[in-house]
Amino acid sequence: MNLVRFVLARVGFSAFVAVIAAAFALPLLWLILAPFHDQATLSVSLPTNPTLDNFRAVFDNQFAVRALFVNSMIQAAGAMVLTTLVATLGAYALARIHLPGRDVFVYVLILFSSVVTGSAAMVPVFLLIFRMGLIDQHLGVILVFTGGLLPVALFIMRDFMQSIPRSYEESALVNGANQWQMLRDVVLPMTRSGMMVIGIWAFVNVWGSFLIPFILLRSPDKMPAATATYSFYTEAGTPVITLISAYALLYVIPVLVLYLFVNWKYGFQFFGGIKS
Amino acid sequence: MANVRFESVTKRFGDVAAVDAVDLDVHDGEFVCLLGPSGCGKTTTLRLIAGLETATGGTIRIGDQDVTRVGPKDRDVGMVFQDYALYPHMTLLENIAYPLKVRGAKLAARSERTREVARNLQIEHLLDRMPGQISGGQQQRTSVARAVVHKPRVFLFDEPLSNLDAKLRLEARAFLKRLQRELGVTAVYVTHDQAEAMALADRIAVMDQGAIVQIGPPLEVYRAPRTTFVADFLGSPPMNLIPVRLQDGVLRNDAFALPAPRHLRDLGRHEGQDLSLGVRPEHLELCDPGAEHAISGETFGLEPLGPETLVSLDVGGTLVVVRVFADEPPRLEGDAHVRVDAEHLHLFDGDGVRID
Amino acid sequence: MPSTHQDSTILTRRTGLTLLAPTFAFIGLFLLFPFVWVVAISFTDRTLLGAAAADPQFIGLDNFRQLFDFDSWMRSGEFGRSLVLTVYFVIASLIGQVFLGLGIALAFHRRKGFLRETIFTLVTLAWILPEAAIAFTWTSFLDPNGTLNTALGAVGLTRPDWLLDAPMASIVMFNVWRGTAFSMLLFSAALGNVRPSYLETADVLGANAWQRFRDVLLPMIKAQLATALILVTLWTFNVFTPFLLTQGGPAFQTDIMAIHTYRIAFRYFEFGQGSAIAVIVMLINFVLAGVYLFALKRGEGAR
Repeated sequence: MNLVRFVLARVGFSAFVAVIAAAFALPLLWLILAPFHDQATLSVSLPTNPTLDNFRAVFDNQFAVRALFVNSMIQAAGAMVLTTLVATLGAYALARIHLPGRDVFVYVLILFSSVVTGSAAMVPVFLLIFRMGLIDQHLGVILVFTGGLLPVALFIMRDFMQSIPRSYEESALVNGANQWQMLRDVVLPMTRSGMMVIGIWAFVNVWGSFLIPFILLRSPDKMPAATATYSFYTEAGTPVITLISAYALLYVIPVLVLYLFVNWKYGFQFFGGIKS
Repeated sequence: MANVRFESVTKRFGDVAAVDAVDLDVHDGEFVCLLGPSGCGKTTTLRLIAGLETATGGTIRIGDQDVTRVGPKDRDVGMVFQDYALYPHMTLLENIAYPLKVRGAKLAARSERTREVARNLQIEHLLDRMPGQISGGQQQRTSVARAVVHKPRVFLFDEPLSNLDAKLRLEARAFLKRLQRELGVTAVYVTHDQAEAMALADRIAVMDQGAIVQIGPPLEVYRAPRTTFVADFLGSPPMNLIPVRLQDGVLRNDAFALPAPRHLRDLGRHEGQDLSLGVRPEHLELCDPGAEHAISGETFGLEPLGPETLVSLDVGGTLVVVRVFADEPPRLEGDAHVRVDAEHLHLFDGDGVRID
Repeated sequence: MPSTHQDSTILTRRTGLTLLAPTFAFIGLFLLFPFVWVVAISFTDRTLLGAAAADPQFIGLDNFRQLFDFDSWMRSGEFGRSLVLTVYFVIASLIGQVFLGLGIALAFHRRKGFLRETIFTLVTLAWILPEAAIAFTWTSFLDPNGTLNTALGAVGLTRPDWLLDAPMASIVMFNVWRGTAFSMLLFSAALGNVRPSYLETADVLGANAWQRFRDVLLPMIKAQLATALILVTLWTFNVFTPFLLTQGGPAFQTDIMAIHTYRIAFRYFEFGQGSAIAVIVMLINFVLAGVYLFALKRGEGAR
């Protein structure tokens, strides 16, 4: 009886795992294999004549290359730097000065940012950016992303800052440093790993996001890879599957690398519902 | 170098006075220990000198300068923190040289002075290491080096030995004392360890509930504690305190009657009052039952410690500890008797204040 | 003791506020201001171009009246219809993600090794890889000749044109696939905190797998379960990614709220109307977030 139950449990477990593995692996597997086919394929299969021609064709397409290596890079790196900088300084102040309602502040921000979100928030944000004359500008995209990512970044950074003993800063002051020297020489170097986490998280978020550049950018030479990929397979008439899949694979690689890096260095940490 | 002077300094956190109208004068070149239990205000006092807390009231002077409203960076003090606070991202050289760097010293001068201090503290060979790569004792020395490198006017220690194990602590204690004598720098040292304070200090300031209860040279404080609090805090094991009543010049208790010591001139005023009789364990000696003024008790326990044995006696409901210096623990069972010379008796009134 | 020294002199108020200034600027400009402004616009007839762009008129509650015009609001492509579709989408996604996430977390509870690492990595990648690339791979996955149909054909099942014949099912499937990682990671972290001795006690008492789950594990992850339910609801309600698969079609069959808002505001450039929708959406978000905080507060005692 026990043996029957044991066998059934093993079989059930194996079947469940097999279905899950297949369901999650197949779409990803296609993304990895399709670019190496010489002829378009929509189904997962090993390429019979593996080729790199598709990647060569992608690199011949100036619009595609610019979107991926210039525009996406500018926007993701810009928002990464700005978010990390603003959040680090702000979170440090929140962790160390006494303001009334300081502890509630961050929670209210998180709450607010989960209310003002998605395409609903884009209605006034678009008009704001329009007024600022930043439509179709990298800066507009960077600013909007930073505003959106900031609450969560503040939340994580503040937690991180509060875990640093005050005696480091106190010793800097007693040693004769002024507030800015203390910040530059002691606080910022000691928060490097926190800044790294926030930076990677912000980069990956911006790199992969579609809606904000889709709404705020007009001209093809400003588009990041997110909207470029989309325009390839919807507006190019009959999409050239091999080319787009090669492009999509290139587009995915930085995130893949960063994921592996974070997983290796910190373990894929979990901050209460936030991708990192 | 300079003296440190507190004039009626108060520090409040909300409704609580962590430091309550404290007067304190640390002389030039003197080593003063602030001693007391946790929460007594000793650390806050130290942080007030460093400028890490701002006084709610009163005046703080370092040398001729009124520093009450001066920030920590302009007080020109050196401080060793309990957790050392060595910057983990800097080498020992960079750590020690940091006070010189923020004061704008040139790289060469910085390096030379740092090496000099490091040599003195015997950590010169470690200067390229990171703080995480050295032992606790070495970290402690590095932190001392950083505090002295710019020749501060005052040297502050916040329980610097509490993170070391017992053996290292003794070593570091001797080392610190020698260093302070050599440098001749004014030092204020916070600790809750009475042995540390006794060993290091020129003067000990015993603190309780935000106030200095007694200040004086270690042996003076030890020999003539001003209150029962001080008597209880200094010495290990602490002074025995036995409730007695003064009647007709005799100290009476259910277990004994002793003639009041004659050297206490103020005793007359306390006739008929309940008092505390204080005797240090080392001043009690075992005696025969018939000895003059013998105190009788029942043996409670024996703790042989090697060179000495602690004997606890139940004397009329109060536990009294006797320190017996002998290679062999005394054989005791049942009733035991002790005596004490009158000159070693301390008396405290109903409020716990010493009677002279 | 130093830890209670809240008003320590480390950072002066002036320096602190200087450091906070950029934060306040961003929050004010991109979070508070839009929130207030969108409410104001919703009472006007604002458009992007033309007369109503330069000089929008106050029209009171007209925009809202139009949304809730009960004669027409259930028509295909209208606001009410979109709400209904969104409810379907959210509930189906919620059930799928939470059950699947819990299932994976339970299946690998107290297991380690290659298989667990592989599955967790795959599921997590599905979550964090760029949405445009993922949507593209799914377009081909769901294609009549795609991998899904090849697999279905191999076991002798019908091969529909998913995005045309079952668009809602398609985007639900897609959304579950993309979002399961969150529940999985949340639950597996929660289960990791359950002390093994509790389970061993249950084993000794002779509990079967179901009893063990119901009586030991479930009570310990209740707080996380509530968190997952509400957060997934909030996110799914606002998710725009299905647009990349169906553009809300065919024939508005996948015109969920986020896509509907986008269409009114950025395709038709009816900003007044779009703002009114945005206000309603944010109100719903507000209620969901409020429920979340309430649950969190109550859950704190349970943890």
